[in-house]
Amino acid sequence: MAQAAIELIGINKSFGAVRANRDINLEIARGTIHGIVGENGAGKSTLMSILYGFYQADSGEIRVGGQQASIKTPNDAIALGIGMVHQHFMLVDNFTVLENVILGAESDALLKKSIAKARSELERLEREYGLEVDPDAIIEELPVGLQQRVEILKALYRGAEILILDEPTGVLTPAEADHLFRILKQLKDQGKTVVLITHKLREIMAITDTVSVMRQGTMVATRETRKTTVEELAELMVGRRVLLRVEKGEAEAGNVKLAVKNLTVKDTRGVTMVDDISFDIRAGEIVGIAGVAGNGQSELLEAISGIRRAVSGSVMLDGKPIDLTGAADPGELRDRGLAHVPEDRHHVGLVLAFEENENSILGYHDDPRYLKGPFLNIDAIRNDAKDKIAKYDIRPADCRLKTANFSGGNQQKIVLAREMEQDPGVLIVGQPTRGVDVGAIEFIHKRLIAMRDQGKAVLVVSVELDEIRSLSDRILVMFSGRIVGERGPEATEGELGLLMAGVDHQEAAL
Amino acid sequence: MDVFNAIVQTLDSTIRLSVPLLLACLAGLYSERAGIFDIGLEGKMLVGAFAGAAAASVFHSAFLGLGMAILISVAFAMIHGFASITHRGNQIVSGVAINFIAAGSTIILGQAWFQQGGRTPALQPGERFEAITLPGADAIREVPILGPIYAELLSGHSILVYLAFLMVPFTWWVLFRTRFGLRLRAVGENPAAVDTAGISVAWLRYRALICTGMLTGIAGAYLSMVQNGGFVKDMTAGKGYIALAALIFAKWKPVNAMFACLLFGFLDALSIRLQGSPLPIIGKVPVQFMQALPYILTVILLAGFIGKAIPPRAGGVPYVKER
Repeated sequence: MAQAAIELIGINKSFGAVRANRDINLEIARGTIHGIVGENGAGKSTLMSILYGFYQADSGEIRVGGQQASIKTPNDAIALGIGMVHQHFMLVDNFTVLENVILGAESDALLKKSIAKARSELERLEREYGLEVDPDAIIEELPVGLQQRVEILKALYRGAEILILDEPTGVLTPAEADHLFRILKQLKDQGKTVVLITHKLREIMAITDTVSVMRQGTMVATRETRKTTVEELAELMVGRRVLLRVEKGEAEAGNVKLAVKNLTVKDTRGVTMVDDISFDIRAGEIVGIAGVAGNGQSELLEAISGIRRAVSGSVMLDGKPIDLTGAADPGELRDRGLAHVPEDRHHVGLVLAFEENENSILGYHDDPRYLKGPFLNIDAIRNDAKDKIAKYDIRPADCRLKTANFSGGNQQKIVLAREMEQDPGVLIVGQPTRGVDVGAIEFIHKRLIAMRDQGKAVLVVSVELDEIRSLSDRILVMFSGRIVGERGPEATEGELGLLMAGVDHQEAAL
Repeated sequence: MDVFNAIVQTLDSTIRLSVPLLLACLAGLYSERAGIFDIGLEGKMLVGAFAGAAAASVFHSAFLGLGMAILISVAFAMIHGFASITHRGNQIVSGVAINFIAAGSTIILGQAWFQQGGRTPALQPGERFEAITLPGADAIREVPILGPIYAELLSGHSILVYLAFLMVPFTWWVLFRTRFGLRLRAVGENPAAVDTAGISVAWLRYRALICTGMLTGIAGAYLSMVQNGGFVKDMTAGKGYIALAALIFAKWKPVNAMFACLLFGFLDALSIRLQGSPLPIIGKVPVQFMQALPYILTVILLAGFIGKAIPPRAGGVPYVKER
């Protein structure tokens, strides 16, 4: 085995009472791609932040290239040749690529010289690793895939030999992700060491040499990737067997519940985001809308659920029209049996500063069940919340806890419980499992299929192609505001990926 | 020729009146570009004005006065930094507190030290910054058009006036041509990017506030040692706030800031000029209205005429490392 690039020995880190990392031992071989998987909150990011000097371990030892290292600030890490690509890019949006690359690594007090030096160095890096980016482009005008490339260039410009990537594919299209993997392989071929943090097991299988699994702050296993399976890794992550693809029977589609016809929606800037879209959803089926984020799915959801005004077209709920011109009142739609689980639970779905029980009735707070005269019936609300907590296995089981203190998966369950328990005829769900752990994904998928089997019409919008394929009875692909194709659940990933990238569907069929 | 003279005189007072605004506006530009809102410009100018006039009067030196104005103003900026950078306090609250402390302490100390009802003693020649006559100004004074423009408008100001206008290109150069400027702008947009690049966010922001303090100190010194012959209580009279308005109007850019401050200075000069004199068509306008004019126009300009002003994105938000 090659010499270790990094050794972590007995790392411990606590945040208050939470032990984020316990006694972590990890050895990463030079010139390999090493994956680290685990659910949200398993301590992966904390561990890597310790390695990058963002936090300091309470105890333990770090060795880089066999030498004991003291990493107190990111500067120390950079000096040791460790570079990091963060999940949320650490870029200044209104700076150029060059300015971002040199920030903190300027070679001179005057920018002119630093930029000239960086420009030639960047050209070399671009040639060497196939990382083409226009050095004078403004970051906010670049697509996310290119922004990520700038992050990688930043690390390489600082002489990184060890590159840590934190959830790098979360924001990428399948094609962009493939390109990223090619770049990572090229880095490996040039002798660099790559550490890939992710919760997507397929990526681990596709690209890593070795993989370590973290659970609840501990390192539970390290495996050679070719000697393990997705099922084994999932089980190690969650601590029990997990169904990655939920079992479901044939759909028994009934009457049309929701009919969308020639719907056109503009965003706040006046750009047409939904362009003349028509589709139906029947009782007892799940219709999935696939697409790369930003192709109009959000606006479509908002228009149907009455949050955003439509320009033209019609939406019929149970054969009766929804008023789209005056921004239909979401409360009225709720009364008519249309429930909506918004994409962005933090800003739209929940008030994070509220207690769990308050969020569990949000939007239904004027239902007589929760009222006592003009006042809220606190007892009824809390009992109701306790029932939902039990039924949806929301943890911790405390309806008085502030919602912000629940994990992402449990927050999502709070929203789902609220909307599903109203027994709606139509359920619209945006990104059902964004930022949700593997174990909770299984639960949420089962609930959605149970809704379908009860004869509800379900619309699921997700950027996760796996999720769309596993849940949907029919798949619609959106690209640039239009539905560019409809496929059955048996459609291959490649076929859907081409449609999502806007490749003409004649070609896609070939 | 009368009209021409009137115009030259109005423009001349425009320059004089816009100097404290310009210095304060540039001061605010350094801190806000670094992500620190500074509503305490007013207070820092006031302590600068007091410290400058007091020191100049006691030590009989204009330059010692200026030095003291800068020193005290920077000290107040550091209080703002300690509250809002080190302790991540609310920047508006800290700024307002500084304004109150400045307004109160200058009067108390002034009365305790000089017993003139909160004023400092009238400054003698040599304790003030005198007007500088540019070379050849007297020689060409009689030349029509160009003469008065050179002799009245450009010549005959104190050194602080020239310094203020030189600060405009200098600030632009610092912000957009130096490493310090790049980092300063970055920390106002995305401090996390600066932190992960291995640069101290706190130290960078403190340095920005030192720049702010120096400039507000000079602005204060200008008020008490150039415009006026001593310190008078509350002599900043809201100029710190107008400077903030100008900063937004200028979209946080140095050259724009100069034009914004000249505009506000011009409105001020115009209101003084037109006081009491009847306007054509409208007739006589109450003095109060003319005095209110700059402020009314401030509101109108800020409400509708600047388009979308995008402030530095991290402005007002204390930097906390995320978990």
